[in-house]
Amino acid sequence: MKANIAIPTLLLTFLFTCVGCGGKTEKKEEGFSVTRTKSPEKVEQSAPENNEVPASQRITLDNKGVGQIKEITLDPEINTEMADAGAALFKTNCTACHKTDKRFIGPKMQGILERRSPEWVMNMILDPQLMVEEDRCAKDLLVEFNGAAMANQNLTVEQTRSLLEYFRTL
Amino acid sequence: MKKIYYVIGGLLAVILVYMGCNQAGSNANGALASSAAEKVYVAPGEQDEYYAFLSGGYSGNLTVYGLPSGRMFKEIPVFSQFPTSGYGYSEETKPMLNTSHGFIPWDDLHHPDISQTNGELDGRWVFVNGNNTPRIARVSLETFETEEIIEIPNSAGNHSSAFITENTEYVIAGTRFAVPVPQRDMPISEYKGNFKGALSFISVDPESGRLDLKFQVMMPGFNYDLSHPGRGKSHGWHFFSTYNTEEANSLMEVNSSQNDKDFIAAINWKKIEEYVNNGGGEKMATNYAHNVYSHETHMGTSTMKKEVLTVDPTEVPDAVFFLPTPKSPHGCDVDPSGEYIIGSGKLSADLTVHSFTKMLEAIEAKKFDGEAYGIPILKFEDVMTGQVKSGGLGPLHTEFDDKGNAYTTFFISSEVVKWALGSWEVIDRKPTFYSVGHLMIPGGNSRKPFGKYVVAMNKITKDRYLPTGPELEHSAQIYDISGEKMELIYDFPTHGEPHYAAGCPAELLAPKSKKIYRLDENKHPYGINSPADARVERNGKEVHVYMGTIRSHFTPDNIEGIKVGDKVYFHITNHEQDFDVPHGFAILGQNTSELLIMPGQTKTSVWEPKQVGVWPFYCTDFCSALHQEMQGYVRVSPANSNIELSWSLGE
Repeated sequence: MKANIAIPTLLLTFLFTCVGCGGKTEKKEEGFSVTRTKSPEKVEQSAPENNEVPASQRITLDNKGVGQIKEITLDPEINTEMADAGAALFKTNCTACHKTDKRFIGPKMQGILERRSPEWVMNMILDPQLMVEEDRCAKDLLVEFNGAAMANQNLTVEQTRSLLEYFRTL
Repeated sequence: MKKIYYVIGGLLAVILVYMGCNQAGSNANGALASSAAEKVYVAPGEQDEYYAFLSGGYSGNLTVYGLPSGRMFKEIPVFSQFPTSGYGYSEETKPMLNTSHGFIPWDDLHHPDISQTNGELDGRWVFVNGNNTPRIARVSLETFETEEIIEIPNSAGNHSSAFITENTEYVIAGTRFAVPVPQRDMPISEYKGNFKGALSFISVDPESGRLDLKFQVMMPGFNYDLSHPGRGKSHGWHFFSTYNTEEANSLMEVNSSQNDKDFIAAINWKKIEEYVNNGGGEKMATNYAHNVYSHETHMGTSTMKKEVLTVDPTEVPDAVFFLPTPKSPHGCDVDPSGEYIIGSGKLSADLTVHSFTKMLEAIEAKKFDGEAYGIPILKFEDVMTGQVKSGGLGPLHTEFDDKGNAYTTFFISSEVVKWALGSWEVIDRKPTFYSVGHLMIPGGNSRKPFGKYVVAMNKITKDRYLPTGPELEHSAQIYDISGEKMELIYDFPTHGEPHYAAGCPAELLAPKSKKIYRLDENKHPYGINSPADARVERNGKEVHVYMGTIRSHFTPDNIEGIKVGDKVYFHITNHEQDFDVPHGFAILGQNTSELLIMPGQTKTSVWEPKQVGVWPFYCTDFCSALHQEMQGYVRVSPANSNIELSWSLGE
């Protein structure tokens, strides 16, 4: 609920800046348009956690997030069986908002483990509401992604762990 | 002047609440303990102690309230179309309202009864009756949705229904209006001796709750008004009040009030069940609908049944008897022990109490006072064990507490009267506002009542609330019955016309109340488990849109290639798996209601576009901060256009 207060103004600003940047411009667009120069997308290798770097590009590997997952040790080998189960779950429960290779409603999943810790990823899936309330990065992501709150899909820890394994394969 | 009263009233209320708060935790006694505000106040965030299911009468639906707050939680659509959720409008739920007379969008819902085990509430289902086009419905108390509706053939004015036996073996449904059986073209004036009164026994599967019309007892053509099951020692019997034993067919308010006594019919259903199980009864051709809703396929199916087993009561020895009861008895209520059967002669001032034990003795001794159409009539003096001389007028219904007391409503004198079982002494009486019909004590029609509150459901509201023109919602009143004297503690408006109600402790239902439907259990033939399966398919002029929803978009949200004259089915699966995140769907020009789709559920709406254009659809339930953006477009081209079918999201 706390986040809601900030959303309307941020959202409005965001929406206005977005209008007109549809992509296709084969003919002169009717109506009004806003001219702006697109800033080149740059990925910071090790960015400090501040407001200048968008949350989606921050590296927060030391942050385990808030929730029931405290410590995860990843086996060097990827468990393919688990990853396959995760892939199937991703298709049914995540693709409405996430694509693997590009930003959609939410962030892309490729490279997620280069930016976030395994614990953070699992906590975000298991209780997105708690994360948005108590985790700085999750909160900033919500704002960056237009206030599109991540949906709790009521997955088990085991299911969530298999999603994590799948993300390792991307 | 009035304003001053409001201010004073408001201050008083504040003071009362304040005093109540101060009192909490300390030893409540004296005047403060009787604070009505304290008794009904359920603080923000707190929950009620009891569920109450109030029938909606002519709304056709069932409403769910909390006690003691009187707050309404939900309206459960049963016999009426309900645009709020799309019940009766969506393709999946239309079959639920099918009957032998075709699709019927309405009924008159009267008497809810919660399922029982060993005579105690078990909170699995609530059964209700449709009075007008006779039907019985079963509502799940996990999903709070209608799961099954069965039509009752040979019945008319299905009023002495839907009452269940003490192990939910049967739902019992009796006809109020006698009719020709089978229905045929005949003069109305030949009613007497020719019309029949069908009493239906619908078995309930102990696991699934599935209903099956097992047999009908074809009684003389009286009006079977209300009924209740025997319990404890009288388990296996069912008791029906009757009026119009005169068998009049016109000017009933005079002609069916001639006899000094009508009857309570005592039916030994265990005996009839045995008779039927041994091959007794006669199969009769008929036609009735049986509609079942599955939470797996999220779909209702309607099946027409063609046969019913009828029983001639004179063919089953010692199974059916008449107990003379004064003046057109309405309520027919059985106390928690099963010993007393209370008949409320609505044109009498007194209540008649029959004894089950005395009844059995009279039957044993064959002390009959004649017969009616071959059914033995017992002697009034042999079965009657007490009369409550209340001084009230127009007794209607009785419920019971857990301390040996009974509570009866009096319609004409507008009061609830508390009296003692056994001594028949009146203990207390309190006015109601106004003209009370039924009353309800949670569990008050079982072996284990919870005698803390009684809810009186009144027929006339008049000045109880701010006026709203000529039409007013009916009013209910809550009385605290925990002490010797009843205390009126709250008024609350209801929806439709509550007839009977059923209540139970909150802890019986709340912990098992369903939160979501699991997506991986969704077996809807047009459901999609993943947005990746979203698509649009054309089959001639029929177009099927397989659509997904999640906060906050539809997949797909742009559709082209629809033509005027198409019949477009939107099959929408809500991909949310979180509690209380439904999505809605509506499209401009739709000749039906919206859909409200619960997490994991699939629902279907049909749209037949008649005009060329680009028509928007949107989510009708505020689902997230981006709810306003949950929208999409369908392009509708002329019937002869050759635009290819296409669909997309974010492309």
